[in-house]
Amino acid sequence: MPDFEWRFTLVLLTNGVMIGLMYALIALGFVLIYKATDAINFAQGEFVMFAGFIAAGAAGLVGFWVSALLAVAGMVALGFGLERIVLRPLIGRPVIAVVMATIGLAAVLRGFATLVFGAGNRSIDMPVPDEPLNLGPVMIPPVQLVGAGVSLVFLAIFTWFFLKTRIGIAMRAVADGQQVAMAMGIDVRRYFALAWAMAGVVSALGGVVWGAMLSVDNQLALVGLKVFPVVILGGLDSVIGAVVGGLIVGVVENLAAGYFDPYVGGGTKDFVPYILMIAALMIRPEGMFGRRRIERV
Amino acid sequence: MFHREAGVFKTTYAADMALYPLPIAKWAVAAFAGLFIVIVPLTVDEYYVSILNLILIAVVGALGLNILTGYTGQISIGHGAFMSVGAYTAANLVVRLGAPFWITIPAGGLMAALIGAVVGVPSLRIKGIYLAIATLAAQLIIEWTINHVPAISGGVQASIQVPRPSLFGFQLKTQTELYLFLMFFAVLAIVATANLVRSRIGRAFVAVRDQDIAAEIIGINIFRYKLVAFALSSFYAGVTGVLYTYYLGIANYEQFQLPVSIDYLAMIIIGGLGSILGSIFGAVFVTLLPIATRWFLESFGALVFQQSDLANMIPNLRLILFGGLIIFFLVVEPEGLNRLWRNIRNYFRVWPFSY
Repeated sequence: MPDFEWRFTLVLLTNGVMIGLMYALIALGFVLIYKATDAINFAQGEFVMFAGFIAAGAAGLVGFWVSALLAVAGMVALGFGLERIVLRPLIGRPVIAVVMATIGLAAVLRGFATLVFGAGNRSIDMPVPDEPLNLGPVMIPPVQLVGAGVSLVFLAIFTWFFLKTRIGIAMRAVADGQQVAMAMGIDVRRYFALAWAMAGVVSALGGVVWGAMLSVDNQLALVGLKVFPVVILGGLDSVIGAVVGGLIVGVVENLAAGYFDPYVGGGTKDFVPYILMIAALMIRPEGMFGRRRIERV
Repeated sequence: MFHREAGVFKTTYAADMALYPLPIAKWAVAAFAGLFIVIVPLTVDEYYVSILNLILIAVVGALGLNILTGYTGQISIGHGAFMSVGAYTAANLVVRLGAPFWITIPAGGLMAALIGAVVGVPSLRIKGIYLAIATLAAQLIIEWTINHVPAISGGVQASIQVPRPSLFGFQLKTQTELYLFLMFFAVLAIVATANLVRSRIGRAFVAVRDQDIAAEIIGINIFRYKLVAFALSSFYAGVTGVLYTYYLGIANYEQFQLPVSIDYLAMIIIGGLGSILGSIFGAVFVTLLPIATRWFLESFGALVFQQSDLANMIPNLRLILFGGLIIFFLVVEPEGLNRLWRNIRNYFRVWPFSY
C-alpha cells in the first residue's frame, strides 16, 4: 500500500518538525548561556523541569496564565542567583570546573524539586482544546502547535535581539573577548547575570510547554539530554543552529522510531540522536552554524 | 626515624621521584597495611566490612578516572558505561565458560579498554566540553546497546547471576573474605598508578593536560597518549565493573547508569584532581555520603519529621548534599580533600615552631 506508506511518513515528518521546534526552545536556553558566558549548562533539563514544577504547582491555585508568569519570574530569580553564587566564582577556571558545577547544580535542583513538590505526576492544563487538529492526512495536538509557535516567536526575538539591540550586541562583544569588552566599558559581570536570567525565561517557557505535553515529574529533566545532539549539530553558539539542529533531531528520531522500532524492540528515539551527534563531532565539531575557535599556545 | 624534613633537601632526581621520600613513609605504609589487612578483618563487623568493600571497589574506579581526567585532562562522563562493559564481559565468561576470576578480571578490563580507546578516538579532533558531550553520548549508546542486545545482557531483565569468585577451590563466601580479595586489587591499582604517573607515560599525560599543543611541539605524540590514557583508564573502569559484579553477585546495567559516571567524577573532584591520595579520599567520601545521610536521618530525623516523609526525603537530601558538595569544593577548595590533608600535614611538619 504505497498510499498508506506515504501518509505514515508524512505523519512522522510533521511530528518530527513539531517536536524539533520544541527541542529548539530548550536548546535556545543552552545556546544563550554558551554564547554569552562560554559555559556549558548541563543542568538545562533540570531548569526546564524546575520551571514545570513551579507552573504545575501554582496552576491549581491561580490559573494557567498567572502560573506561567510565576514560572518565568521564578526562573529569572534562579538564573540571577545561580550566576552570582555558583558561576561567577568559576570565571577563568578550567572547563571541567564549570561542567562539574552545572552537573552538581542538576543534582541539587532535582533533589530540591522532588523534595518540595513530591515525586508524583502533575499536569499543566493549557487553555487549548484537547482534541487534535485535523489537517488532511495528519493530526496535530494543539499543545504541540502552541509549543512550536512559542519556539518560533522566541527564536525570531532572539535573532533580532543579538543583531540589533544594544544589550544583544554587548553580549556578543563579551563572548568574543571578555578583556576587550571590559576595555570598551562593558560591565561583563552584569551581562553574564543577564544571560543566565534570559536562559531562565526560555527554560520557564520550555517547562510550561513540555510540562503541558508530557506532564511534570522528575523525568521531565531527561529532555535536557536531547539538547546535546541539537546544539552540537547546529553549533553551540548559534541561535539559528538551535532551530536547524532541533528540526534535524526531531525529524530523524521520529522517522527512525517509526521505521526501526518494530525491529529492535523500541527505544530508537533515545539512541539515534546520539549516533548522529557522534558523526557530527567527527566531521564538523563546531556544528553547521557554529564559529570555529582558533587555539593558540 | 620518626621525623619529617623542614624543607626541600633533595639533590638528585632519583631522590625526588622516590616512592618513599623519608623512612617514616615506609613505617606509615607498614602501619596502614597492618591495620587494614590484619586488624580490620579480625575485628570489624560484617556489615561495616561490606561498606569497606564498596570503598575498595570505588578506589579502583576513581584511580582510573583520575588517570584520564586528573592527569591527562580529558573529561569522561562515560565511565559508568565502561564499567558495565567489564561487568557484562566477565558475567558472560563466567556463565558460558565458567571462567575463574583471574581470567574474567583482566578480560573485563581489556574489553573495557578496547571500547574506551574507541570512544577516545574523537579526542584527537575535539576537546574540553565537546569531548565531555561525546563521552556522554558513549554512555547512553553503550547503555542502550547492552539493554537491547540479549546476547550481551542475557535476556529480559538484562541481568546475569554471577557466583562469588573462588580461590584454589575455596569459594569466597563472607564479606571479610571478599574484603581481602578486593584489597589485593585496590592495592595493586594504587601501586600501579603511583608508578605510572612517575614514568615517562605519566609525565606525557601531565604535559598533554597542561597544554596539548605545547606538548605536541616538544615531541609528544598526543593522539597516542590520549588513546593510551583512555584505554588505561577504561581498563581500571572495567576491572571496577567486574569487582562490583562479584560483590553484588549479579551483573545489571542499571548499576552502571549515568549517575554512576557522575558519582566517580564527583569522587575525583572532591578528593582532588591529579592525585592518588585524592582518589582514595574521594572514593571514601562519596561512598560514605549516602550511607551517612541515611544513618543520620534514620537516627535523628524522626524527632522532627514523620516516618513516612523520611523515606521520601533521604534520596532527595542525598542528591542535594551531593550536588551542593561538588559545587562547594569547586568554588572553595578546587584541589579537594587532598589539599586539605596537605595543609594539615604542612602545619604539623614544623610544629610547634612555625613562624
